[in-house]
Amino acid sequence: MDGLDARVPEISPGRPFRDWVTTFGALSWSGFRRFATYRQATIAGSFTNIVFGFLRCYVLLAVAAGATDAKPGGYDAEQLATYVWVGQGLLTVVALWGWTELADRIRSGDVTADLLRPVHPVIGYLAPDLGRAAHAMIFRFLPPLAVGAIFFDLYAPERWFTVPLLAVSILLAVVGSLGLRFLVNATAYWLHDARGPITLWTLSAGILAGLYFPLRFLPDWLAVTFWVATPFPGLLQTPADVLVERDPPLMQFALVALQAVWAVVLLALAAYVQRRAEKRLVAQGG
Amino acid sequence: MANPYTSLARAQWRSFASYRTSFVVDLLSNVGGTALDVVAVLVLFQATRTVAGFSLSEGLLIVSLSSLAFALADFSVGNVDRLKTYVRTGLLDAVLVRPLGALPQLLLMDLPIRKALRLVVGVVVLAVALHVNDIEWTPARVALIVIAPLAGSVFFGAIFVISASVTFWWIDSGDLGSAFTYGGRDFTAYPVPVYSGWFRALFAYAMGFGFVAYQPAVTLLGRDDPLGLPAWTGFVSPLVALIAAAAAALMWRAGIRHYRSTGS
Repeated sequence: MDGLDARVPEISPGRPFRDWVTTFGALSWSGFRRFATYRQATIAGSFTNIVFGFLRCYVLLAVAAGATDAKPGGYDAEQLATYVWVGQGLLTVVALWGWTELADRIRSGDVTADLLRPVHPVIGYLAPDLGRAAHAMIFRFLPPLAVGAIFFDLYAPERWFTVPLLAVSILLAVVGSLGLRFLVNATAYWLHDARGPITLWTLSAGILAGLYFPLRFLPDWLAVTFWVATPFPGLLQTPADVLVERDPPLMQFALVALQAVWAVVLLALAAYVQRRAEKRLVAQGG
Repeated sequence: MANPYTSLARAQWRSFASYRTSFVVDLLSNVGGTALDVVAVLVLFQATRTVAGFSLSEGLLIVSLSSLAFALADFSVGNVDRLKTYVRTGLLDAVLVRPLGALPQLLLMDLPIRKALRLVVGVVVLAVALHVNDIEWTPARVALIVIAPLAGSVFFGAIFVISASVTFWWIDSGDLGSAFTYGGRDFTAYPVPVYSGWFRALFAYAMGFGFVAYQPAVTLLGRDDPLGLPAWTGFVSPLVALIAAAAAALMWRAGIRHYRSTGS
């Protein structure tokens, strides 16, 4: 210590990409470890997902049984059952509910600490969130799917590229969801209290992402509008449709491409909103 | 004794009124939430001819009874599901040292004024459901249409208190309670024959969710229960609600006694 210094230590000068990857990786790992400590909550949450899996699965199977052509929305019974269980697993992976971290930090004024860090706030939230999602993939996605497979007949994908494509689709879903959650939470910069916007987000995400029923049950024009004009179907509906091979291969890829477009747009929007907010931010508390 | 409680409620109101935009968005989202619960059921019925032998309008009656009962319970005692946060952070200590009842305080500490309009939506949907179904009105059925939502709300209220009390024993129980509160709402929104096997036996009869909306609706419609329960079971809901409320009271008392502060 030969003097006070506020420089950011450079991990490998001259190789900025490696720098970036190391920081990003460390942040993601911290997100993973953080959620790995909430073991009891993980068990309780999985139990709840499983109960809802049974509820929704029975309802959709009854819908399939009552339909004249036996293919409501273009899904057969096995595809519908898979749709339900994948949705119950994914909803924690994409954190459809209950993420108020940024809003709470804005409200308490802690967000100023985020601004002091040498990492852009959007990246500073994205990296740990990917770690959180990786934890959820293992401990929240697989258990409901396993229970579903024990009690119901599930659909096994037939195309070789479906599973890798699903992985990409889930990754894009998490990124898109973080972008959306960031935007919703960021309303607290202006409103100080984001409870209203968060309730609205929970509601629209549940319906428009296809959690309550597959969007294909809606009239075509409405489903297409939701898909193209809103980012929500990319959160659950697209990954689930990719897995159950609801569409021909070309359409399968097109849906994932649409997710990618939305993910980029949402991250850019989040960065823009953050810049605007920083200009008017007056830290509360003290 | 009523005075401190009114002050608590009024303080809540002021807290909401100070974040106006957020409050208005919240209020409207809550209305949308109740409406969309019903819309979700309609969409599913539209995608097919009948669901477990029930038509669209019959399904609407079931979901409207369930959603009105749930909205009433959620408005009055739904807040108790915040108990887990109070227990985990030790805030419950502050509640317990005050010379007021713990449960009423918890309910008023975050009175969900934003959920008030849900009740209006619930009543309107029930009125529509009664209109589109061809019901032969008898004095007993008129009584039932009043009793069923009230008994249902007592029942859901008891479920809210029971699931919240779990946190006294299992601090980090997270979303466990939602499986029975929100899960119960979703269960009662559809005809019971939709479900099958041990899952149906457990939720509908052992836990009593089948008597909230389904059995009263079957009795109102005057049709035979495909599962073979007699018509008078539609009137059982107050009894089921009383049993649930008694269980909730016992569990709450045991929980409060069992509570040890986190000591932080």
